[in-house]
Formats: sequence, structure tokens, C-alpha cells
Amino acid sequence: MSGHKFIGKSVVRVDGKAKLTGAAAFVDDLEFGPGLLHAVIIESPHAYAKIRKIDFAKALDVEGVVKVVTGKEFPYRFGLYMHDRYVFAQDHVRFVGEQVAAVIARTPAVAKKAAGLVKVEYEVLKPVLDVETALKEDARLIHPELGNYHHVPWFFPKKDTNIAHFRKVRKGDAEQGFREADHVFEDTYTVPRYAHCSIETHGAIGLFDHSRRLTVWAASQSPHTQRHLFAEALAPLGLKHKDIRVIAPSVGGGFGGKAGVSMEILAAALATTVQGSPVKVHWTREQEFYNTYQRQGVVAKMRVGVKNDGTITALEQKLYWDAGAYVEYGANVVNAAGLSASGPYRIPNVHIDSVCVYTNLPPGGPYRGFGYSEFLFGLESHFNEVAKKLGIDPVEFRRKNAICTGDVLNYGGKMNPSGLLECIDKVAREIDWGKKRVSADPRKAIGKGFALFWKAPAMPPNASSTAFLKFNEDGSLNILVSAMEIGQGFLTVMAQIAAEVLSVPPEKIRVETPDTDRNPYEWQTVASHITWGTGNAVKKAAIDAREQILDIVSSALGQPRESLYLDDEQVRSRSDAGFALPLRDFVINGIMMKDGTFRGGPIIGRGMFMPEFASALSDPETSQGGKPNVHYTVGASAIEIEVDRETGKITIPKVVLGVDCGKVLNPDLLKGQVTGGMVQGLATVLYEDMRFDEKGRLLNPNFTDYKIPTALDTPEEIVSIFVEHEQPDGPFGARGVGEHTMIPAAPIIANAIEDALGIRIRSMPITAEKIALAIKDS
Amino acid sequence: MKKRIRFVLNGEKRAIDVAPQETLLEALRDGLGVKSPKCGCDRGDCGTCTVMIDGRTVRSCLVLGVEVDGAVVTTLEGVMENGELSPLQQAFLDRNAFQCGFCAPGMIMSATELLARNEQPTREEVQEGLAGNLCRCTGYSPIIDAVLETAGVVPKGGRDERP
Repeated sequence: MSGHKFIGKSVVRVDGKAKLTGAAAFVDDLEFGPGLLHAVIIESPHAYAKIRKIDFAKALDVEGVVKVVTGKEFPYRFGLYMHDRYVFAQDHVRFVGEQVAAVIARTPAVAKKAAGLVKVEYEVLKPVLDVETALKEDARLIHPELGNYHHVPWFFPKKDTNIAHFRKVRKGDAEQGFREADHVFEDTYTVPRYAHCSIETHGAIGLFDHSRRLTVWAASQSPHTQRHLFAEALAPLGLKHKDIRVIAPSVGGGFGGKAGVSMEILAAALATTVQGSPVKVHWTREQEFYNTYQRQGVVAKMRVGVKNDGTITALEQKLYWDAGAYVEYGANVVNAAGLSASGPYRIPNVHIDSVCVYTNLPPGGPYRGFGYSEFLFGLESHFNEVAKKLGIDPVEFRRKNAICTGDVLNYGGKMNPSGLLECIDKVAREIDWGKKRVSADPRKAIGKGFALFWKAPAMPPNASSTAFLKFNEDGSLNILVSAMEIGQGFLTVMAQIAAEVLSVPPEKIRVETPDTDRNPYEWQTVASHITWGTGNAVKKAAIDAREQILDIVSSALGQPRESLYLDDEQVRSRSDAGFALPLRDFVINGIMMKDGTFRGGPIIGRGMFMPEFASALSDPETSQGGKPNVHYTVGASAIEIEVDRETGKITIPKVVLGVDCGKVLNPDLLKGQVTGGMVQGLATVLYEDMRFDEKGRLLNPNFTDYKIPTALDTPEEIVSIFVEHEQPDGPFGARGVGEHTMIPAAPIIANAIEDALGIRIRSMPITAEKIALAIKDS
Repeated sequence: MKKRIRFVLNGEKRAIDVAPQETLLEALRDGLGVKSPKCGCDRGDCGTCTVMIDGRTVRSCLVLGVEVDGAVVTTLEGVMENGELSPLQQAFLDRNAFQCGFCAPGMIMSATELLARNEQPTREEVQEGLAGNLCRCTGYSPIIDAVLETAGVVPKGGRDERP
């Protein structure tokens, strides 16, 4: 394995003992003493309404109530990519559950009781609950001020409409492509909203002390971005970035839900109203469902032109996203999906409209997969149908059109090194593609499904990562980074990278979750970019430390610089086999010279990585010209299912996922991403579904009614296949994989159902009930 | 009106005053500073607050504090053996049977009880036994394997390419 000592090895997780013994502290585990205040939020019961009056006199009378805060105190807009949100609703509420006011009290019970005494008068308006209604000519505008909102330069809102962003991709000449086709097939697929369901709900504690320093402890994927957004939102109070500090303890699951800023702004803002006392906001499971980001629903209308031999000549995708009441983060999901909605295929003529539509449902936002799961359900289902209609094997069809290294991407750039064909072949072999199994039980139908997937990190072109690395007296080290361990094993992989460069074993390296005062900048832990981006920064920091070490040993001891190298925690020399200087002898205290003076001193490494080649600037009418994506990670997946012909219930004997991760840094951790991601993805197609009533209220905000998988629901066998076509700019060749493992789950199921029963289901989820009804209808 | 209760917590005699409506989870976390049981749903759906009363697992969010008067309560803090990981915890570590770690305390409590009652469980019995503990990260299979490994039902290992 290319001579690596720690890279490519299943190093034991550095955070394992803490997490398995209860030592890991999550935000709700932190103690703030008897001065801690508790906030309870008064929420809108209406999906769309004008706030007439808020009367909280009675609440203020309750003993133990410290303060009631409303939108009046914070009339500022904020947001990640577009400033369309408020800390508390101003004159309008736009979704059921939106924060209208807060009661701050000495105990949670008092806060809750007093919150019940706050009276809000509303003028109820007719809500806009689906994209079709929102896009009508005479639709009620959810954000009449849209034209004035500040946003990133790659968004194109349409003022005086409910369209918050319109991403157009035009590659080649789609009409010409359709004319060249022997057949044109079109169809529509729909995907509902989904919830992340981290087992830990959101929570944050804010403290604005008497020196006007604001500290926020939060369950967070984005400590620095949160600090920045707090600074932006609270700038009128005169706070500078240096005065704001975010401390991120262990996080009980993220999946995108704890990225950006959602409820954390409440802790930050409320703290400024009760100077000197920490104030805690902690979401209940119900609030976790309706007032954090949700995965957006989409209606996907597609048209594909093909030749008789299966060559795709043109693709048209029209994606209408139900982005909810505020799109400050969700509009970038729409953007990213729009740029990539061709899937990993070589298609010369592409026409994509990806439309971000405001509705009066909870705000959409980032969820593992970032729009790709949503469009790939339709695309990969449709391609299966196309192959079938042409009489071509679905795997062969995909192989024929699969994107290869150097092919032209939708926005004009070139595809990075890609092992997609290798993934296709290995996955097909593993699932025994082409061999049909028949169940001994006549009630059971067996089917196989196949799909390709791809995803690129969606991030600003200058999203950057940094790392500090500090040696200790015994030669152990601490690495300071600000990307987050959210379960994926990030801390362990950073330790492995530094270990490889410095020849110090990972168990002698401590990497912890950050405090923005101490740890250097990181954009966010999203986009499957941190193994790549932060990994590059850590590698550079380790190299920086190594160079200092070799410099000092060379200059102090007269060893030829070019002969020196690190091995087994020592400096060794290729020209002097007897030379071996342990790191612990000098990395803090330096090297003593003959005269008793010292050379060197504490070794501190510094590393920074920003993808300097990326650019989000392109022609708004075509998306041509920029380089919005740093790289794509590609792969293939296949499944075998057994369907009960009477009940529609599906069991899964085997599922396979092959991904080109560039380079495997830790095989067991990577396998963990496949197993966990696949099960999470399968749940979105088999059981999960957010249901809203005609007034926009979420009907299933709990684990009884919103079913996530249990230990009984895991497939019998999940096979991971890793292909390594190195990413030239990745640490040791690695690229991101964290989100990708859930992306193909829906289409492999849909295609397997079609294979088993001959029934094509075009809307998610595909529950047993839906299958049983479809069987009855067919 | 608070009531004084006495019980054995992780081998130590404890006395604490609890309000009648206070849950065991609140008493442990807020009253005694025992933080391994977590609150994930507050209605018995997720299992992350799982602890043992007299050797049987319960959802501590569904049990009142007053109910444990005179009982023996065990949390994850009491599962370690002389400061060392229990064989089950070790198997969780070896097999990456956790990711974010939030469900791990409850999951380990349920698995500990399962193995105490059934030394040689089948895969299905393990799945059944853990079905009340939700995990959103792992996809469960490494957890199931860790429990089976501890029982000696599957061989030790699971770690490819150790350094």
C-alpha cells in the first residue's frame, strides 16, 4: 500500500473512548451554574399571517420571568447566502412554528408557563403551500421585499415573484440535440420534504458578559460561520468578530442540519438582552422537526433525447424546489443541484432550470446530499425507463453514457479523474447483474436495481480551511482545526494525516472540537469537503512543522539538510545511519549547543488551504465560464430486493455501493460512511416523509409518526467497494465521500421495484402501502 | 413538594430530593450531574436516555425520579470495569459501532442488558433487542456485529488494514 504507515489504515478512532464512556460532552451536558436562564419560544400557529399585536404584560408578571423579547429588539435581516431571515418575525410570520417572541426565565418550567400567557393577535392570510400555487401569475408574494435582499453574486432572484433564485444551465444546443434524437422520453418525478433526525436536537447557550463579549456554545457544524453570521446580524450592537466566540462541544449528529445558522441566532441575540447571564435555548424533538432546516421537496420534469443505440443526445431538466419560507441557505441547494442535474453522464446538450420557490412551509436547507439525492431519484429512474424502452440493459446504457475523466461538465470545465466505469463494473459483478433470482415463495418477487451517482462540494469558491499544529515536551501533539467531528471520524483522519507526515503515531495526537478564539478559521463542516480541504491544511501544517524540525537539526548539529528525514518519532539521516534524534528531545526545549546555549524552540506548524482555482462567476443565462465545483466524486450502486406481492413490504438481502474516493484514508471509517449513509438513504425512499395539513402544519413531528430506521431495518448485507483514482489536489489523493453514500438509495429501490413487479413509481417515498396499492391497480 | 429518595447509583449510595413530576432522566442529569443518559425525544421513542433499574433497562424519560427510591440504578458511568472499557465497549470501539456518539450510552445499556439475559443471541435477537434505540449515523450493522462479537457469536475483528 504505497509505503504509508498510517494512511490507508483503519486507525482506531481518537474520539472513541470519550464517546463510549459518556466522557464526551454535548451542548446539553455543559453546566452553567445557578445563574443560567432559560428561554422558551412563542411560535406562530399560522403558516402565513400578519402580526397585529403582541401582549406580554401577564407573562412579565410571573415570578421568575426575567424578560420577554420580540422582533422589536432585533429588526435586522441575516442569512448565509441571502439575507432574508429575521431573528424574530417582524410584521409577518411565514411558516407554522416561526419564532415570534421569547420568554426568558429562571427555570424552564417558569419560562414555559409564562410563554403560555403571551397573547399574539394575527391577521391570518391564505398560505402558499406548494410550488405550483407559488408560481401562478397572481400568487401572493411571500417576500414582497425580495428585490432588496442582499445575496451572493451567483443567485438570481426574480423580484415581484416567489422565485428566490433561478439557476439556468445551457450547454450545447438542447433543441438541436432533441432533433438529432431517435426518441424523446419525458416524465415527472416528485420528492417530498425530509428531516435530518439527528438524535441530538439543536441547542445553544449564549452569554453576553459585562465586558460586552458574546460567547455562544452550540451544537454546531459551523463554528466560524456562526460567529460571522452572529457578527453580521448583531453588528448594530457594535460587536466585532473578535468580541464573539463560538465554542462547539461534541455534536450528536449533523447531516447538514446543524450547518449555517438556524436557532443558534436566538441564543446569541437573547444573550444580549440579559447581559451578564447565560441563556439557554434547547429545541424539543417537535421543534427539531419544524424549526430547523428541512430537506426541500422537488418536482422534476425531464425530457431526454436518445439515439437507437442508447447515446443520449440531449437532456432537459426542470426542477421546481419547495424551498420554504426562508431560503438563505436552501437557495444554494437549488443552485448546486442545478449545476449538476445531468448526473454523471456525458451529455452534449443540456438545458436545466433549477428554480428556488418560496412557500409557507418551514425553511429548506442543507441535508446530506445537498439536492443531488432529490434530482437523482427522477433522473436515474427515468434513465432506467429509457434503457428499457430502447431494449438496452440499464447497466450497459449507463456505461455507454457515463462521464469520463476530461469530459466537458455542464458549466464548461473538465471532469476530474474518475473511476466511474470501474465502479460500474465492480458493482455489477458484486450484485450478479443479469442473473435473475426467483423466490421459492410465490408471494415474493425479486428484483435488482442499479444507479449511478455523483456529487461535488457546494461551497463558495473561497471556502477555506486552516490548521495549527503544536508539539509538546514528550513529542506528542495537539492539532487545532475548526472543522467539526460530527460522527464521520474527522478527528481521527486529521490525526492520521499529521501522523503520516511527522512519523508520530495517531494515539499521540490529540484533535478536538473547536473554540473560535483558539482554533484557526474553517468555513463549515459541510459539502463532504473537510477530509479534502481541512486535510490539506493539516498536511501543510505538518509539513511546515517538519521543515522547521529538519532546519533546526541541520543548522544546530551540522547534519546535511537534504539527508534528514523523520521516522518513528525521530530525525534520521540517510547519510549517517547512526544518527537518530528523538523528537521529544528538542521540539519544545530546543537543541543544546556545546556552550550551553540552545537552538530552536517550540515547534508550531501552520497550514492553510483555499481552492484558488474555483470561481462562481459565470454567465447567468447559461452558467458557462466559471469553475463552481472543485471536484466531483462519482460512483455506482445496486440492490437486490424481495417484495411481498400482497403487502408491498420490501426486504433487502444485499446492497452494494462503489465509490471513487480518490484514496482510502481509513477503510473502516469509509465503510462506516457507506453503511450509515445507505441506511439513511433507504429510509427516505422506504418510510420517511414529512406530512403537512392544508394549513401548513407538520403532522408528524416525532419518531412515532416519522419513521426512521431501527436495528430491525438494516439490509442483510451492505458491500462497500472503493476505487482509487487519485484526486491530484487532495491529501494523499483523497476526495470527499460523506454525503454520496445516501444519494443513490432512492433510485436503486425504485428501479428494483420496477424490475421485480414491472411497476414504475414516480413519487417518493415508496412505502409498502404505495407498492401494494400500485400492485392492485396494475 | 420535593421528596427525599435513596438509591444505589453505579455502586454508590445516593440521596436526593426530587419533585413529584421530575423524571429519572432529569434527576440524574440535573440533580446528580450524571450526563451519559441523553434526552433525544422526551417521550420514550429514541432510547438515548436508557439506564438500568435493578438490572432492567428503562427509558429514564418515562420513569419518575420517585420511582427509584430503594432501587439499584446503573448508567453508562457504572458499566466500566476498574476504569477499563467493558468487553462490549471495547467491541464497540474495535468495530466503529458509533459515530457521533450521542446514542452510544443508551445503546450500550440496552446491549449490556441483552447480553446479561441472553449470552448467545442470534443476529435477529440482537436486532430485536436494540430496536428501541435509535441511531442515525451507523446504519446499525457495526453495532449488531459488536454485540455478537462480545457474545462470541462472530469472531473478533472487523478492522481492515490495522496500522
